[in-house]
Amino acid sequence: MTVNGQPQAHDVEPRVLLVQYLREESGLTGTKIGCDTSSCGACTVLLDGESVKSCTIFAAQADGAAITTIEGLANGDEMHPVQQAFHENHGLQCGFCTAGMVMAAVSLLEEVPNPTESDVRLGLEGNLCRCTGYHNIVKSVLAAAEMVRK
Amino acid sequence: MTTSGSILGHPVRRKEDPGILNGTTRYFDDLAVVGLVNIAFVRSTIAHAHIESIDTSEAAAMPGVLAVYTADDLSLPDQHGFLMLPPTANRPPLARGTVRFVGDIVAAVVADTRTHAIDAVEMVVVDYDPLPAVMDPEAALVEGSPLVHEAHGSNLAIGMGTGEVDDIFGDADVVVTQRMHNQRLAGIPMENNGIVAVPGEPDGGITVWVPTQAPHGLQAPLATVLGLEPAQVRVVAPAVGGGFGPKAGDYVEFQIVAAAAMRLGRPVKWTETRSENLLSMIQGRGQVQHVELGLKRDGTITGLRVRVVGEAGAYPAIGAFLPFFTQTMSQGVYVIPKIEFNWQSAITNTTTTGAYRGAGRPEAAALLERIIDIAARELGIDPVEIRHKNFIPAADFPLTTLTGAAYDTGEYAKALDAAIAAAGYDELRADQRARRERGDTKQLGIGIASYVEITAPVGLHAEYGAVEVHEDGSVTAKVGTSAHGQGHETAFAMIVAELLGVPMDKVTLVQSDTALVPRGQGTMGSRSLQTAGSAVWRASEMVLEQAKQLAAHLLEASPDDIVLGEGGVQVAGVPTSALTWGDLVRAARDDSKRPEGMAAELAAELDFDAGQSSFPFGSHIAVVEVDTDTGRVELVRHIAVDDCGRILNPLLVAGQQHGGIAQGAAQALFEEIRYDEDGNPITGNLMDYAIPSAAELPSFEVSNTETPTPLNPLGAKGIGESGTIGSTPAVHNAVIDALSHLGIRHIDMPCTAEKVWRAIQDVHPA
Repeated sequence: MTVNGQPQAHDVEPRVLLVQYLREESGLTGTKIGCDTSSCGACTVLLDGESVKSCTIFAAQADGAAITTIEGLANGDEMHPVQQAFHENHGLQCGFCTAGMVMAAVSLLEEVPNPTESDVRLGLEGNLCRCTGYHNIVKSVLAAAEMVRK
Repeated sequence: MTTSGSILGHPVRRKEDPGILNGTTRYFDDLAVVGLVNIAFVRSTIAHAHIESIDTSEAAAMPGVLAVYTADDLSLPDQHGFLMLPPTANRPPLARGTVRFVGDIVAAVVADTRTHAIDAVEMVVVDYDPLPAVMDPEAALVEGSPLVHEAHGSNLAIGMGTGEVDDIFGDADVVVTQRMHNQRLAGIPMENNGIVAVPGEPDGGITVWVPTQAPHGLQAPLATVLGLEPAQVRVVAPAVGGGFGPKAGDYVEFQIVAAAAMRLGRPVKWTETRSENLLSMIQGRGQVQHVELGLKRDGTITGLRVRVVGEAGAYPAIGAFLPFFTQTMSQGVYVIPKIEFNWQSAITNTTTTGAYRGAGRPEAAALLERIIDIAARELGIDPVEIRHKNFIPAADFPLTTLTGAAYDTGEYAKALDAAIAAAGYDELRADQRARRERGDTKQLGIGIASYVEITAPVGLHAEYGAVEVHEDGSVTAKVGTSAHGQGHETAFAMIVAELLGVPMDKVTLVQSDTALVPRGQGTMGSRSLQTAGSAVWRASEMVLEQAKQLAAHLLEASPDDIVLGEGGVQVAGVPTSALTWGDLVRAARDDSKRPEGMAAELAAELDFDAGQSSFPFGSHIAVVEVDTDTGRVELVRHIAVDDCGRILNPLLVAGQQHGGIAQGAAQALFEEIRYDEDGNPITGNLMDYAIPSAAELPSFEVSNTETPTPLNPLGAKGIGESGTIGSTPAVHNAVIDALSHLGIRHIDMPCTAEKVWRAIQDVHPA
């Protein structure tokens, strides 16, 4: 598979989850683990461009896929519009849900480039945040959509 | 506080964000430590039992296993949860003979990988002899209830109060009563608990990285457990993924992991799973409240009587004492001539309770705001009018309440009026009337709550802070608080930037490390800005004064004529006669340049003490739609006017309001920790414990009034918990308000669709 554009090859046990692989084998700890029931979305990454909770698939199932994590989202020093919008709109506090939330938002905006507030709220339903009350996260995603349009 | 040329009062973006947004900020579980091994715990699956035997032999033989520990192996001292409580209900870190809740730790397995440790945990065989268990706090206090701690002799952890107050309702025309359940909640910081313990440093001791709100608070207890001097224990909180109170305390897991690391002579990590978190991490709220309010027919309050039974859990700790804060805040924003408030905390076979966002104060606002709505309904008075009638007048401040709270400043009517205006209250009532007349299935509810709360509470109103200028013109500020999402790097840098005229990116905040900060009480009780922020303010003033003295000496001017200039100080009106901060530090270090008696640095430290707590307040209005066919409640609007004194950074304040509102609304509508009749938790993961997603909440309409406090140089009070305290009763009242025309008087929280539907069926069977 490739992770953030880098080809990677490891032998892994069949039971290793993609999130464990990314954190422990690839050393990419920006992707977080917040639960054990695939409820929280902190581990969301892009698999072939689409968001996936990396705790719901085995690393072996991602064989041959292109994975993007939060570490691979920016273009060099230039933040991705979603990252920029989260910063501008105070869309993060403790930061633990942020990687997953940003990746889910990137995928949502690919699918729905001009979302309504309701689209954003429903689109991020699988990602939990305990700090922001979602207010500024929703605001950030709407602002990112605006930035991309311009 | 927007003043010309000042950074204060502006929505400055956070310094914390870039590292989080690119995934490089490190939380404890992200730390790369050479030679790290992992620990996993064998936890009781039974609420109350004698342990007949523990067989660890198969586990010890599993691949990668380095050690399996039970109580006898580590001989750790029992943990005394809270000083005011008797030691007869102490907790052995590893259970000795008896388990007292589902989650109690029976054994610990250390293995080369986490997977191997968890595999081996499955192989530990524990033979339990079940005992009768008690989960309900009121039942626990009844004579003959099963005892959680035999040696303690009863299930009463602690009880306090005013005692009986004579003739409390003698002046009342009416007395309204209601039993309310303020349900138990889980804090659910998105990052679970854990620890990385590395033996060796400092000085043959140990260094631990812990996702805690209060690193200094862990140092001495860990030293005692390990038989070390406090100086041999270094506690560091790296980036911490949320706290909300439950991460303020000590955990027996920390002690076991640290002891294992010392024993094995290698680094050991515990990473809590979410399912474990819902057993182990302390939980909040949990009060049964018997409330009676006496009033005149015109709505004037004459007396309040409350009896509370709180849940302490299996090993009572600070949670057992939190009803004290409920008592302290039970007068709320009102003139109440007589208050009788008595409470007890009960030991039960459940997870131990402690501080969760609000910690005793939301329970006070909830009972008061609910009973006032019930009274308003009974007397036929509008809920806004009854509040206005009873507010403590602005002219009465400062004052001490009947329950001993020394309110600093407040203007309660102003906040309510602002909320009414923002909500469009009259239009909402008109919409409600129209829907009732039409018999719509979606009924509108409008809920109001006016609250006052206590921040930097009891003993938490003093804090360490220091400021030092370096030769390169950069500045370090040190504080004894410990941020975990609040944005202190940004907020405290704003203070230094304001007072010393340096750019914010030249200011570094040092916090959360016992090796770098000499003392501190941590971040909790909405205390950080008003205490540590004030310390940074004062230390900056002291440094500026040093700079003025030094510059006056060097520039041959009067100190009174030295003012802040571009990147340093200058003689007023003479920009050519100036010194940069770097010049000043170099001069201070040069014996030939600094005046006699001056220290060879530009640095100051102090403990700022406000002398007492501060009391933020506000009013919230919630608007809900209740589907009378299904019982489903939707929060459609939430208006919050929170007054936290003078505002340093409105971006951060609004963020705290938003998060607080979401957690408070979640108590009113969704969340509850529940146990079955055998004491098994039935809300043990995030599929069963209902924290809301973005889809269940609206955007919030938040604003502020600003009533400064004279208690600190910033004029600031806390904001961390206000949102939670105001929103819960507002949303709760809104649900009942939507249904009051059907004859529904009260529904206990959380107002889930099922409960609301049942309440409707009770009054209007389908």
